[in-house]
Amino acid sequence: MVLNGRRILSNVISSQDDLHRRFGGVVPEIASRRHLEMINPIIDEALARAGVALTELEAIGVSYGPGLVGSLLVGVSTAKALAYALDVPLMAVNHLEGHIYANFLTGVVIVFPLLCLVVSGGHTSLIYMQNHGELTVLGRTRDDAAGEVFDKVARALSLGFPGGPAIAKLAQGGDAVAFSFPRALMGEEWQMDFSFSGLKTAVLNSIRREKEQGRQVKLEDLCASFQAAVVDVLVEKTALAARRYAVRQLLLAGGVAANSELRRSMFCRMEEEGVEVIVPPPQLCTDNGAMIGAAAYFALRRGRLAEPTLNAVANLMIDGA
Amino acid sequence: MFIWKSASSAQTREIARRLGEIVSAGTVLALDGELGAGKTVFAQGVALGLGVEEQVTSPSFVLMHIYQGRLLFYHFDFYRLDEEAELDSLGLEEYFDGESVVLVEWAGKFSDALPPTRLEITIVLDETGDEDARLLCVNPRGDLMSVILEEWSRRCCF
Repeated sequence: MVLNGRRILSNVISSQDDLHRRFGGVVPEIASRRHLEMINPIIDEALARAGVALTELEAIGVSYGPGLVGSLLVGVSTAKALAYALDVPLMAVNHLEGHIYANFLTGVVIVFPLLCLVVSGGHTSLIYMQNHGELTVLGRTRDDAAGEVFDKVARALSLGFPGGPAIAKLAQGGDAVAFSFPRALMGEEWQMDFSFSGLKTAVLNSIRREKEQGRQVKLEDLCASFQAAVVDVLVEKTALAARRYAVRQLLLAGGVAANSELRRSMFCRMEEEGVEVIVPPPQLCTDNGAMIGAAAYFALRRGRLAEPTLNAVANLMIDGA
Repeated sequence: MFIWKSASSAQTREIARRLGEIVSAGTVLALDGELGAGKTVFAQGVALGLGVEEQVTSPSFVLMHIYQGRLLFYHFDFYRLDEEAELDSLGLEEYFDGESVVLVEWAGKFSDALPPTRLEITIVLDETGDEDARLLCVNPRGDLMSVILEEWSRRCCF
């Protein structure tokens, strides 16, 4: 439940038990059947915590993609039924756009035009936002997402779940130049697209080489060098975009936004560029309902109502690109 | 069992592209190989051959991506799935509709959940080559898959 797009009245997340704890967060893509079981209790809980009656709702927003179609359909069908029954407007929100709007719930004043870097297990996208509803994807990953390589490297090193924080912790005591890992697609011709698959393979090769030569892998150094390679690319591409589009703010979104080295490095670099960096608290970085509510509020203000024929779109793009 | 040597990820992509050009509706490609072996690279090649214009990225975290080429292309990844129950909730069987092409990464984790007629491709490091060298081991299951493999191998005279 979100009031006026800026104040959270309640933000209930289905824990989905052990299934998701193992992944260190919500995995809404899993379990469309579980979605079906949970959606009504979640709505009741959200209303109860907000102290709001169902009939007091003034509008309803729902994420209709991208994602797994089965899970999306549960939400879309429920939202359509509710909006119809309550006779209130319905707004369709792009899930990725929702992540950007999580920043509107932080209390900070948002200034357009801005950049948003969405970094999670499933996405690595650099988005330019000129105004509400005017978004352009400047770059995205061509293979693996940043959070995904963190997870896979952690798995290769048997660091357990969740992999990202484990690597970040080890990296603190390591030498970031001990291993020289590739920074892919850094040339101007690649613009602002990302590629992390080659880095993943390079790290795996290093682990294998160390083992073959009977050397103990220096975990701290390996993690620090790997993390530095990911952070360097994210920061440099963002800086390139910030200059080119003369933005005043950068919003970080997605689970990897919680990485302290990324934050530190991004803050430093953006300070040079005169760009303010805004990061939502962790519970708003990962998937949640409040961010969809915030995005829906601003869509409502622009009169962007969804049709009653709204359907889930599994591979929904942010700007049709 | 049919084995290709691939010297690089570019060559793996090219071999896979030629498969993508000839696969028929209903083909299921079951991919295996350790982290970094090149499964997503292979999937990118198949998509290219199918005429998919979008950038094909790893579905490890979102579990599946859908692309439109000359046929619908469903790109699954079992990487994050550990229990049968998680797989069940995906509703996987609905995608084996005989009209699209389905590629599954980490297929060996739940091979029982796949149709019996499928092309199994395992990518392993080629110890005789350098770090980028791979062996693509192809195992056709079912007569139709043998026909596809035959056609595919005729198109890849490397």
